[in-house]
Amino acid sequence: MSEKILELNNVVFSFKTYAGLVHAVRGVSFEVRKGEILGIVGESGCGKSVTAQSILRLNPEPPGFFEGGEILFKGQDIIKMNNKQLRNIRGKDIGFIFQDPMTSLNPTMRVGEQIEEVFIGTGTPKAEVRLKALNIMRLVGINDPERRFMQYPHELSGGMKQRIMIAIALVSRPSLIICDEPTTSLDVTIEAQILDLLLELREKLGTSIIMITHDLGVIARLCDRVVVMYGGKVAEQGTSEDIFFDTAHPYTSGLLKSIARLDMERNQVLTPIEGTPPDLFAPPKGCPFAARCEYAMSVCCEYEPSKTTLTEEHSTYCWLQHDLAPEVNLIVEKREA
Amino acid sequence: MSENNVMAEPFIKVENLSKFFELNRKQTLKAVNDISFEIYKGETVGLVGESGCGKSTTGRCLVNLYEPTSGKIYYKGKDTSQFTKQEKQAFTGDVQMIFQNPYSSLNPRMTVKEIVAQGMKYHGNYSKTEIDCRIEQLLEKVGLGVEHMSRFAHEFSGGQRQRIGIARALSVNPEFIVCDEPISALDVSIQAQVINMLKKLQHDMGLTYLFIAHDLSVVKYISDRVIVMYLGTIVEEAPVEELYKNPAHPYTKVLLSAIPVANPIKAKANKRIKVSGEIPSPINSKPGCQFAERCPYAVDHCFNEAPPRKEISKDHFVACHVY
Ligand SMILES: Nc1ncnc2c1ncn2[C@@H]1O[C@H](COP(=O)(O)OP(=O)(O)OP(=O)(O)O)[C@@H](O)[C@H]1O
Ligand SMILES: Nc1ncnc2c1ncn2[C@@H]1O[C@H](COP(=O)(O)OP(=O)(O)O)[C@@H](O)[C@H]1O
Ligand code: SF4
Ligand code: SF4
Ligand SMILES: [Mg+2]
Ligand SMILES: [Mg+2]
Repeated sequence: MSEKILELNNVVFSFKTYAGLVHAVRGVSFEVRKGEILGIVGESGCGKSVTAQSILRLNPEPPGFFEGGEILFKGQDIIKMNNKQLRNIRGKDIGFIFQDPMTSLNPTMRVGEQIEEVFIGTGTPKAEVRLKALNIMRLVGINDPERRFMQYPHELSGGMKQRIMIAIALVSRPSLIICDEPTTSLDVTIEAQILDLLLELREKLGTSIIMITHDLGVIARLCDRVVVMYGGKVAEQGTSEDIFFDTAHPYTSGLLKSIARLDMERNQVLTPIEGTPPDLFAPPKGCPFAARCEYAMSVCCEYEPSKTTLTEEHSTYCWLQHDLAPEVNLIVEKREA
Repeated sequence: MSENNVMAEPFIKVENLSKFFELNRKQTLKAVNDISFEIYKGETVGLVGESGCGKSTTGRCLVNLYEPTSGKIYYKGKDTSQFTKQEKQAFTGDVQMIFQNPYSSLNPRMTVKEIVAQGMKYHGNYSKTEIDCRIEQLLEKVGLGVEHMSRFAHEFSGGQRQRIGIARALSVNPEFIVCDEPISALDVSIQAQVINMLKKLQHDMGLTYLFIAHDLSVVKYISDRVIVMYLGTIVEEAPVEELYKNPAHPYTKVLLSAIPVANPIKAKANKRIKVSGEIPSPINSKPGCQFAERCPYAVDHCFNEAPPRKEISKDHFVACHVY
């Protein structure tokens, strides 16, 4: 097992609002290793973005605040860092790419200058900075970087803007890149190009990547390991193959059963997960998935399931793992074709 | 309506339809450029293609929200541009549309009841009690309760809003519904709820659908026939099994191979057909095959002459010079 570069331990993050506390992240733990692509999957509102942004302290604080936990990046706790320390890692040692390239790029600034911005105040000579910017543009597949450098975001297509975002995230050669639904607003052929690019970068530079998505296809294509989140918590985590082929949480099964696939038979039915995700103002006291879970038992509504370690990599939070629970088959996807 | 000559007469027939937008004196955007197809009663035709290729514009022309620049649309054999006032009124009730974005397509300051009742007041003579009773039935059909009737649209989740939009479309007893990406803004677990509901409604009420989507897996699941568009043109059309088994147009092949499969072994083994570049702008589009700039098989000819539509096997049409 290769070295850990990031470790979240029991992170709890909430927002104070007029209506009360929103318990967005409720005790999340996972790690990211050198050179791996870790996926975080779950429905909207389940806390993926708040978790990712807490790693860079990008959630507004206040109204947001940490109620507990630690986020160790190369051994140092990000939660305890001051602004100066944070500035030194944000965009430098940890890069990030968000869903909507339009809102994350500055519309009044040439895209090339936005790539160079991260070097401001580092004392790197101007010519060297320019060279780095042009090289990185080439690396992310932008032909004719000299011309593109001078353009403004509105002159570029969605896919090209997302490449610029990736170039910005990469130019300082970070050891970790956090991608929050980077391809959700893109077309499938452009999405495929961006996913290939991320795989290639990991190959060439050994960058670790956190990939947040609600698309299980993206997870399958890209990720080595996966964290499934639900209701502000981790439901299951394991290698991609564990999650798809040895599924051990009813929510993961539910997701797998509800998606339409190309290899589906025509008369096969999609099985939706009935109901909607829990309200994080007043999260349920037991298992967050209990209200929608077809296997829910009375214990599920009263007590939170604790972590069950199935293998070194694979763990789940579900009462079905208890010795007294009935035997159920959660596996949806067969390993062989 | 004649159920017995179903195959003889298409329910909707689109002939050489174009919709251009004049952006300014020099620039014309050809959103839809000379397309023809037919839809038969009771079937679901999937319409796929990437953003901006003209799917919604086509759908909007079919339900009379846009006036075509040229071309004809026949509804049950009649030219819709020659409709009398009464025919036109009936037509606007018979054909309905469900919109892409459940967040912006409903007025947040209206109650569910007001939204659903809107069309009923315009189409048909319903009394106040009849309207109430119908709304109750409609809400039940789409899986919402009476208790939701007096709540405002903004209080609902995306999936629930899409249900309200469907109830609104159903309220005037339509025969044909254009579903414009009805699920793409929804979470996967909720998508399946809405798709299953649309399928059931079609079965119970004998509806005909044009189902617009960019997700080819969902289209495969719901459609009987599929039309693939690229930059304002139709590149391929075939029965669903045939299209997915034997895609013929280079663009269809690229699209199919680009879909990320939700199976890590298959997804990582999958060799996708690579295309470079992005979809060109539909403004002042070039002559010839629209896909030529990105097509791995393009020859000189492709840049000059638009490929004609050819039937390569029964009901399977392709517009590509290779065939
Ligand atoms: N009212 C309008 N005025 C000018 N251009 C328009 C108008 N409506 C659509 N267009 C343009 O026509 C083209 C086709 O648009 P359309 O909305 O039909 O695409 P689409 O296939 O539905 O795409 P998406 O998948 O993004 O919904 C686009 O380039 C769009 O910008
Ligand atoms: N600035 C904020 N103020 C209050 N609540 C917030 C804020 N940002 C996010 N939340 C809430 O935190 C929860 C988790 O949100 P998020 O992490 O964005 O979900 P995801 O990325 O999984 O879709 C949601 O209930 C959301 O409404
Ligand atoms: S703990 Fe209970 S409710 Fe939660 S996922 Fe497991 S079986 Fe379902
Ligand atoms: S007509 Fe030519 S450019 Fe167009 S798809 Fe066929 S081979 Fe490619
Ligand atoms: Mg998010
Ligand atoms: Mg559209």
